[in-house]
Amino acid sequence: MPEVKRKYVIPGELITEGNYRIITNVIKRGNKFYSTRIGLAEYGQEGVRVIPLTGPYIPKVDDLVIGKIVDYSAFAWEVDINSCFLAYLPARNVYGKSFSPRQEPLVKKFGIGDLIAAVVTAFDRTRDPILSVSSPGLGKITKGEVVKISPTKVPRLIGKKGSMIKTIESGTGCKLTIGQNGIIVLTGQPEGVIKAVKAIRLVEEEAHLADLTQKIQAMLGVKEGDG
Amino acid sequence: MGKLINDGIRVDGRRADELRPYRLEVGVLKNADGSAYIELGKNKIIVAVYGPKEVHPKHLSLPDRCIIRCRYHMSPFSTDVRKTPAPSRREIEISKVIREALEPAILVGEYPRTAIDIFLEVLQSDGGSRCAGITAASLALADAGISMYDLVAACAAGKVDGTIVLDLSDVEDKEGEADMPVAVMPNLGVITLLQLDGILTHEEFKRGLDLALEGCRRLHEAQRKALMERYFKTAPNQEVE
Repeated sequence: MPEVKRKYVIPGELITEGNYRIITNVIKRGNKFYSTRIGLAEYGQEGVRVIPLTGPYIPKVDDLVIGKIVDYSAFAWEVDINSCFLAYLPARNVYGKSFSPRQEPLVKKFGIGDLIAAVVTAFDRTRDPILSVSSPGLGKITKGEVVKISPTKVPRLIGKKGSMIKTIESGTGCKLTIGQNGIIVLTGQPEGVIKAVKAIRLVEEEAHLADLTQKIQAMLGVKEGDG
Repeated sequence: MGKLINDGIRVDGRRADELRPYRLEVGVLKNADGSAYIELGKNKIIVAVYGPKEVHPKHLSLPDRCIIRCRYHMSPFSTDVRKTPAPSRREIEISKVIREALEPAILVGEYPRTAIDIFLEVLQSDGGSRCAGITAASLALADAGISMYDLVAACAAGKVDGTIVLDLSDVEDKEGEADMPVAVMPNLGVITLLQLDGILTHEEFKRGLDLALEGCRRLHEAQRKALMERYFKTAPNQEVE
């Protein structure tokens, strides 16, 4: 595995000098690389990047998000996805291409205040993100406990190849639906949900520290390899 | 008014190149996206940042960048005589000055069609509140996770009793001969604010600017420490693993 060096950085801080490829949250001046965010800088053969510890959610195509319906028109729902951009869920992404506004009012499917799981199908910053609920497992969320964390800490909560999510699920007996926008829905027995919320909060607090999966395993009494 | 400097010592006991005591803290408000608090001498300023968020009214949004809105406000209890809470001419001007000092540090193109709101509330005022406000506001922006080229640190230099001094207090600002607030992005070496109220010779200006930049450097160090303590609870510049 190529060697990767890590360093805690703040905006404007010099990460390294040399010939690297920029991945994210880095600017280059001359042959010096500076961070633009607070976070953990990593540099090595692959390039230089900063994993931010705080910040807003910027949608990406194929992201699973959990959002709340805030409004609807004859053709689309407006969805709050915990971002600076309001997302649109066009009715034809729900009913199919043959949708006609004369069929039935949209409110029959999703009303204002409903929570939905959806996937971002298009977004390029010049237009608002477009959502879809056509894949299995997506659509209205009818039950569960909602927990909100910083969107920048979602990758840590998922873990490498989903290791953290598996640990929490096996340790608590809950099912986690994690939106890339930092909204998580937990379903399961109340005791399990309480334990899972505690584990999620710990991940959020200590996202920048190493050996977090082991710590969560110890906290939930999960043996290594169970997850 | 008596002399403001006696045997090289200022009225508050400082030497010419000394800053007032300062304290910086990050993440003091739970409801804001980013926040910071600064004490510089008798100044006490709290800053909250909201955003990036949708722009209302929508016609104000720009297609290729975010807009930055800034409100500097002095609380009615921040001065010795009650100040009316309505925004004064001075506060509107300082809001603009602070916005323009912070804007070059923000990667505005990363957040098109959005707005970033910065609120500065002066709880207790002393001289140099705009500089203290800029220093805290850049911390609050970083705390909100907004992409920035660099932090902005600000500090004033000026002329009191014919001597060039650093970080003027309220009385030195009012009775002194010149006041020059400077804001800078220390890592990039870019000045984002330079004002001068009063008259300085070329030599005095150069000496004052050097002194102000040195003050900014010290405040930048404190900014870094405050962020590191908040996010990593470790000493700055530490390599991991």
